[in-house]
Amino acid sequence: MSETTATSTNGRTGTSYDAIVVGGGHNGLTNAAYLSKAGLRVLVLEQRHLVGGAAITEELRPGFNFTTFSYALSLLRPEIVHELNLVQHGFMPLMMPGDFHPTGDGDYLLFGDDDDQNVEMIRRHSPRDADAYGRYNHDLDKVIETIQPLFDNPPPNIFGGNTGRDPDDQADIAWLLKHLGSVDRKTMHDTVRMLTGSAADLLDDYFEYEPLKGYLASSSSIGNRIGPMAGGSGLVLLYHKMGEHDGHLGSWSFHKGGNGGFTQVLARAAQSFGAEIELNAHVDHVLTRDGKAIGVVLADGTELTAPIVVSALDARRTFLDLVDPRELPDDLVDNVRRTRYRGTSSKVNFALDGMPEFPGLKGAAPFGGFLNIGPTMEYLERAYDAAKYGWYSDRPFIDGALQSVIDPDMAPPGKHVLSCFVQHAPYQLKGPHGPVDWETERENWADKAQAVLEEHFPGFGKLVLQREVVLPTDIEAKTGLTEGNIFAGEFLAPQMYFFRPAPGYSQYATPIDGYYQCGSGTHPGGCVIGSPGRFASQRILRDQEQRG
Amino acid sequence: MIRTTPFHERLTELNDQQLYTHWSGYLSALRFSHAPKHEYFAVRNAVGIFDTSPLFKYRITGPEALDFLSGVVVRDLSVLRPGRAAYTLWCDDRGFVMEDGVVFMQSDNELLMTAARPLLSWLTSHEHGRRVVVEDVTDDYAMLAVQGLRSRDVLAGLVPEVTELPYFGQAEGKLASVPVTVSRTGFTGDLGFELMVAAADALTVLDAVLEAGAPHLMRPFGEEALMTLRIEAGLPLTGVEWHDSRTAWTDHDRVTPKELGQGWMLKGVRDGSRRFIGSEAIRRELVDGTSRWATTGIVVDWQAWNRLHRDNGELPTFDEQALGWEQWLRTEDDTQVGYVTSFCYSPVLQRHIGIARVRPELATAGTTLHMETTLHHSTHMVAVETTSMPFFNPARKTAK
Ligand SMILES: Cc1cc2nc3c(=O)[nH]c(=O)nc-3n(C[C@H](O)[C@H](O)[C@H](O)COP(=O)(O)OP(=O)(O)OC[C@H]3O[C@@H](n4cnc5c(N)ncnc54)[C@H](O)[C@@H]3O)c2cc1C
Repeated sequence: MSETTATSTNGRTGTSYDAIVVGGGHNGLTNAAYLSKAGLRVLVLEQRHLVGGAAITEELRPGFNFTTFSYALSLLRPEIVHELNLVQHGFMPLMMPGDFHPTGDGDYLLFGDDDDQNVEMIRRHSPRDADAYGRYNHDLDKVIETIQPLFDNPPPNIFGGNTGRDPDDQADIAWLLKHLGSVDRKTMHDTVRMLTGSAADLLDDYFEYEPLKGYLASSSSIGNRIGPMAGGSGLVLLYHKMGEHDGHLGSWSFHKGGNGGFTQVLARAAQSFGAEIELNAHVDHVLTRDGKAIGVVLADGTELTAPIVVSALDARRTFLDLVDPRELPDDLVDNVRRTRYRGTSSKVNFALDGMPEFPGLKGAAPFGGFLNIGPTMEYLERAYDAAKYGWYSDRPFIDGALQSVIDPDMAPPGKHVLSCFVQHAPYQLKGPHGPVDWETERENWADKAQAVLEEHFPGFGKLVLQREVVLPTDIEAKTGLTEGNIFAGEFLAPQMYFFRPAPGYSQYATPIDGYYQCGSGTHPGGCVIGSPGRFASQRILRDQEQRG
Repeated sequence: MIRTTPFHERLTELNDQQLYTHWSGYLSALRFSHAPKHEYFAVRNAVGIFDTSPLFKYRITGPEALDFLSGVVVRDLSVLRPGRAAYTLWCDDRGFVMEDGVVFMQSDNELLMTAARPLLSWLTSHEHGRRVVVEDVTDDYAMLAVQGLRSRDVLAGLVPEVTELPYFGQAEGKLASVPVTVSRTGFTGDLGFELMVAAADALTVLDAVLEAGAPHLMRPFGEEALMTLRIEAGLPLTGVEWHDSRTAWTDHDRVTPKELGQGWMLKGVRDGSRRFIGSEAIRRELVDGTSRWATTGIVVDWQAWNRLHRDNGELPTFDEQALGWEQWLRTEDDTQVGYVTSFCYSPVLQRHIGIARVRPELATAGTTLHMETTLHHSTHMVAVETTSMPFFNPARKTAK
């Protein structure tokens, strides 16, 4: 699809700017759009031949569009859509038709947008779980109501000490305490359970039917090196539940043309405000003088200057690669060094000759949208086990999106693309005799994923026209996301909110004057959200204003 | 007894909801699947089909057919040529709108007109000895709207005539060996076509369209999705935006074409060069500036909407289903200055939008007004801005 893969960027017209943004992922683009909207002359430098970073769409086979990395959209903050006039540039989130979850015994759960139908679907398997489902969703929505304001505001700086605190920080802290003080007992307890506990414990409290728990738990291990039975998995589940489509919490959408379609929209918006985007421009390092950022140096030696440099990369790149860590305080460097990345997510994307068939559905398949293969929590946990010891799952868990069922432009008529998120495949493979090179295992791993699909959709293999295997090492190599962690730092309580990317450095500025951070390694973190880019722009503009 | 359309037998098999409403004595599907939003998106991003068979259809033939109809309906039909169609209103003698429909010109002495309400006696009462024959052919034809982004792709292989058809053009063709009239018309504000086919051949045509449409993710859509689509398109709906003047009790329920936002249809009225039923009253309205209302689009201030809900402990709602009632518009000082006739959330625009009628002086695009809405069983105000319509107007709608 030419519109989303062709990167019509305007390129660079000068060597000196008000602000330079390093990295043309969605956060870099968002940041650049806001800064240019505020009147700054902004240049985005992207190392690849296309913008989007982990949110791209590529036509890898004529007519077949692959969402190489991220494959669905829903956490994007609505403010960004409005403030950057994205609709005018083609923003179009399509509603996913549903979630199909084989239960492992030939049966299935199929969830759509009609609550009554969903409840009926559950009651067929467990009358007890039917009403628990409503209770569960409501309780979670209450937790989201509690968390969302934290999510939608930069974290207050709580580390200033009690004397002589900046009045703005004081006000932020007062706001936070007031907000938390308004939360009822149960919701607060549920919130803490979700943020620190396991998805399994939570789900066991509500449900008895294992495949339903498997379905609900699946989002708890996405992107993290974690199984649903481990403490901390609740947080990832909560994060995914926070997604929405037009206000429907937990409902995910698919952007027209994939997330690459979305980042093209963002690029157009940024350019409409005057931002310049230069492709194939790898930034080697940030130039500093007397503790101030003054520009960047490209890999080819080109020097570009700007009093504001914004890194849209993760914290490792921002603090250890782009600048000399010796210019930074030890506590920051130490924290960034010990931040856990440990990607275990992989993609296996398929071009298909037709719709996969599920025997339990006989004939016309009413499923489409998400396919979730991880029948039970135990299955999910086992799919994770091997990763602990440095190896990949024998029977991986798959979260797939049959995107051609929602957007006809994703594949030629009658053909399909299935974008599969497959876990767990640890970044660093460890065999009995030490590290193992992923290249020797690449196709074996993809075969495992395909075998799982074959198991549930017999004949699947015969439909496969092409397959793209994306390993954590590929994610790192192409986007720069350290160890291929999709969130730019695992979603673990000690790596969130005012600890993201490090305690005391969560407000988008850095110890180097004029050097800012706006990647997913900052609050509120990974996923296609845009908030890091937006919050960072607010911080930059406020600093500008104060400087006069 | 309620009737079913010629397409019903097949469409009902595709309907897993079996929710119907009544439309001119026929069953008309409200939705085909649990979420009409998918049907909505099918049109905006793929292709959808809608059964418009219940529309009343009149054939007007004879050497004076065009002359006759020109003196009846509001639109200037003198520019109409064979192979073209035109949307029009018709009014009573006081210049109040009765209904609307589309006039298709088949040849110099044959026209076909669709209408939302029966019209035969009214039409014939205005023949005044002209050489025309007006017949009700409603039951002879079935009509299928094929609408949306991929509509042309789907139909091109079936009736090649569509590829050359201009906006509001029509052509005779054969689809699956069956004679059809295909026109580039519709009620979705998108690229789209309508097929008219003899009732007996309806299923043959539908089956061919369904087969050709499947690889393009075609879906049948029902009235709920249509409502969202036509609001986005800024198209007024009879019974909602206005009431047939003949059956309205008071002038509060009546509107003139200008008040309905269809002033563009009134070429040649002000200077008296064109006469049709009601034209004299409309001429006076135009000359004296006596229009009571102007129709405008309104867009809700998204921040105000979110704040209103969050401040009241609710998550903001974004419902693409049109509201079933009117909401009042007020100025800052709380005077009622208008009302919103249709209101919904537009998924493609990501905004709450509405078709509204306001005091003419307030219709300038960009005017801030306040709309009443209810929350927690009480009235609240939310800021809106007036805007021109259509809200959604893709280039493909009229493009070559
Ligand atoms: C496999 C995978 C699946 C995912 N699935 C989803 C999903 O379905 N939904 C969702 O919401 N999120 C998903 N995510 C997460 C989401 O995609 C990311 O969190 C998000 O896209 C990151 O955006 P970013 O702008 O912060 O960083 P990136 O997208 O990583 O952008 C960084 C950019 O910087 C460029 N760059 C790096 N180094 C340099 C340099 N030195 N000089 C110049 N340019 C440089 C890179 O090429 C890249 O374009 C997924 C991520 C992955 C990897």
